[in-house]
Amino acid sequence: MDSSKNKQDGLSVSERIEKNKQSNSSTAFVEKLVPKLLLMCATLSVLVTIGILYTLLSETFTFFSEVSVIEFFTSTHWNPWRDSYGILSLISGTLLITVTAMIIAIPLGVASAIFLSEYASDKVRRFLKPILEVLAGIPTVVYGFFALTFVTPMLEKIIPGLSFFNALSAGIVVGIMIVPMVASLTEDAMGAVPNVLREGAMALGATRLETTIKVVIPAALSGIIASFALAISRAIGETMIVAIAAGATPKFSFDPTQSIQTMTGYIVQVSTGDVSYGSTIYYSIYAVGTTLFVFTLIMNLLAQYISRRFREEY
Amino acid sequence: MALINKDTVSNKMSGRILKNKIAKVIFFIATIIGLLFLGALAYRILTQGLGSLDMDFLTGFTSQSPDRAGIKAGVIGSLWLMSVTAPVTLIIGVATAIYLEEYAKRGRFTRFIQINLQNLAGVPSIVFGLLGLTIFVYIFKTGEIVLAGGLTLGLLVLPVIVVAAQESIRSVPNELREASYGMGATKWQTVRRIVLPAAIPGILTGGILALSRAIGETAPLLLVGAATAIFTLPSGIFDPYTAMPIQIYSWTKAPQPEFEYVASAGIIVLLVILLLLNSIAVFIRNKFSKRL
Repeated sequence: MDSSKNKQDGLSVSERIEKNKQSNSSTAFVEKLVPKLLLMCATLSVLVTIGILYTLLSETFTFFSEVSVIEFFTSTHWNPWRDSYGILSLISGTLLITVTAMIIAIPLGVASAIFLSEYASDKVRRFLKPILEVLAGIPTVVYGFFALTFVTPMLEKIIPGLSFFNALSAGIVVGIMIVPMVASLTEDAMGAVPNVLREGAMALGATRLETTIKVVIPAALSGIIASFALAISRAIGETMIVAIAAGATPKFSFDPTQSIQTMTGYIVQVSTGDVSYGSTIYYSIYAVGTTLFVFTLIMNLLAQYISRRFREEY
Repeated sequence: MALINKDTVSNKMSGRILKNKIAKVIFFIATIIGLLFLGALAYRILTQGLGSLDMDFLTGFTSQSPDRAGIKAGVIGSLWLMSVTAPVTLIIGVATAIYLEEYAKRGRFTRFIQINLQNLAGVPSIVFGLLGLTIFVYIFKTGEIVLAGGLTLGLLVLPVIVVAAQESIRSVPNELREASYGMGATKWQTVRRIVLPAAIPGILTGGILALSRAIGETAPLLLVGAATAIFTLPSGIFDPYTAMPIQIYSWTKAPQPEFEYVASAGIIVLLVILLLLNSIAVFIRNKFSKRL
């Protein structure tokens, strides 16, 4: 069989060996080249991080050569068009949104997770979970529109004196947006608790609620707290909802019924306005962006640290 | 002999069972609130938007007057953006995932890349906008064109694709690889002909979900200079552009109250496209998930 095939090719054995060697050497070349190409692509993600750090820091340095650092971090007046840069009023706005969002997202998220992980039957869970995930997939600009045109008018009926743009409505909607994230991360953490522990508690006569609160949640606590940290980071960095519904009046106050401005909101305001490249206002968005980046990075690292350091191993 | 008083036990027990029942109802209601919110949002947007949603809206440019505003430029612009974002992120993301899963040694460098990706996924999208503005628009002087917007979105969703591709490559059974090596295949031949085809459904699903995130992103595009009002369609990746979420944002901000209806109609178009993309992802996942 083989010899007849060889004749059909019209090649002698030595020629075939030669040919094989050639294709082997090209295979070997590809084998060496491919890992290098792949490594280059993998390194790109590191370059993105370096790029982010470089752009933020270099433009921030330019900004601080024009504005005093001390004023930036201690003054409570933010009016770039009159040369007053005190980021505390933007930070207070961001905090106001974050706290409101967490008041909504943490109880709702944890309660949903408990229901889905401990109480719901398989059928109910398979129905409810995808719907919660849809909430996570809706673009934030849609949430912003909804906050402005639906949630704010509704709140106006309950709270007289609510301003048209306000932190409360934006914060509530940011909170709703984050619920699926808290719920699914918390549920993952609770799902990782071995069933043996639940069965042990129930065998001792604990009800489902007691099992959940005294056994499952303590065992999953590191994952749950880590999900809170990630949720806070998301709320701090949320942009479109606050840019649309929270207003554009930076002020150092903690009154959620008033119009405020967050760090992200300011960056949007500048980038959609008429600001020339190279002006102090242009550089100020990088200083604000750096502050924002540091805040979210701290929360992300905290989340990773908590889930690594305090994980209960079973 | 009666160490256990049955009456006290049953008295306490009924209270504990009641608590458990009440808690269950509370947890259920908390879960439903998200659904109610979703329902309210859908109802509100449909009732407001369907009236303005007609052929003129789909085929018209945006306008000063609410009756004549359309979303054509937004839809086409978003498609152009995806024509840049999709290939760039898929190629780089899948390559990164293959490197991390198949080639890299489990060392410090690999862990560093993993942690780096994890942190990149947590960076607010607007910071990616600042990156795109500086690197593409000012340093490479691309100006405010499709390419700059598409690349920025690509970098933004890169971690999503890498994680999805990694998971899907990891789930390819090792027996397949060993069989391939046993037949004398080299590493790259194994990856290209065995691992990748087996992992492709998961990679595609992740890719589509990442793209649907990119299509809905607004903030980074505002920074890299998507136009809010544009009256010519981009004819290539070097043209100015707008995108669906940008149009919706500009209508939301418009002073005339009638633009609320236009914005709702725009949101319907955006959500329908997202729904289509997600259905494709679910379809791929269901069709191919039973193969291995």
